Amino acid sequence: MASVDAAVSAGGGRDAGALVRAAAPAARFVFRGRDAAVATVASALGTPLSLEPCRASQSVGRIALWLGPDEWLLIAPRSEGGLVASVLAKALGGVPHALVDVSDRNSALIVSGPAVEDVLSAGCPLDLDQAAFPVGMCTRTLFAKAEIVLWRTAPAEFRVEVARSFLPYVEGVLAVAVRDGG
Amino acid sequence: MLLIHCPYCAMERPEIEFRHAGEAHVARAPDPSQLDDETWAEFLYFRSNPKGVHAERWRHVHGCGRFFNALRDTVSDRLLVTYKAGEVRPELPPQEHSR
Repeated sequence: MASVDAAVSAGGGRDAGALVRAAAPAARFVFRGRDAAVATVASALGTPLSLEPCRASQSVGRIALWLGPDEWLLIAPRSEGGLVASVLAKALGGVPHALVDVSDRNSALIVSGPAVEDVLSAGCPLDLDQAAFPVGMCTRTLFAKAEIVLWRTAPAEFRVEVARSFLPYVEGVLAVAVRDGG
Repeated sequence: MLLIHCPYCAMERPEIEFRHAGEAHVARAPDPSQLDDETWAEFLYFRSNPKGVHAERWRHVHGCGRFFNALRDTVSDRLLVTYKAGEVRPELPPQEHSR
């Protein structure tokens, strides 16, 4: 990913306001369902699904991001994708639900550094201060003209899930934001 | 930019994450074939279009994706209250929409 490298060097050239790098390859699923299906997924995945709006949960590398009151984005390491898919499909056998493999629909970027809030604010209309967007908060939102899923993984680190076709665009806007210091 | 309170996300979110979706509480008849043309046309095409408080549907399309309802003052463009889809239209305290 040449453009990610370009973004990194743009930020690293000065005293590093923020860095943009590609996240590790991941398997992703969009899960939708009601209470019974939610409990089934939580036990099959080994990760509780947050019922509180806009909160992420994770354990043993398996992540569940709340997207809506009956919708979660599940993320696992790429190597576990096949296993997770079959375990979930088997567990959900008789329960009404929707489970869609979107592993190759999205790509993810990790944006980190002291100026990360300023850099993301170049395209995101949300209040990214820690008081309003604490660690562990996740939400679908907009970054410039692209829809993203934004998750604060640490005080100075965000994961940006973006549709694959919008990745060069988001990288480009981020690179400009990093260069301009947000 | 307006800040709109999403009842599902339980927080105020920027206007550009939302889409307007027409008047709320417009119920479709269970069996439209039983209606006369005038009543059916009324359902399809005629809306209240008030000057003042208007109940309307919104969708948090770039957020949780859910439809919800809002009471908005069409004079001031203030969103007075938002509530989940399926809930009854809330009563407003008189001072809130007296302007």
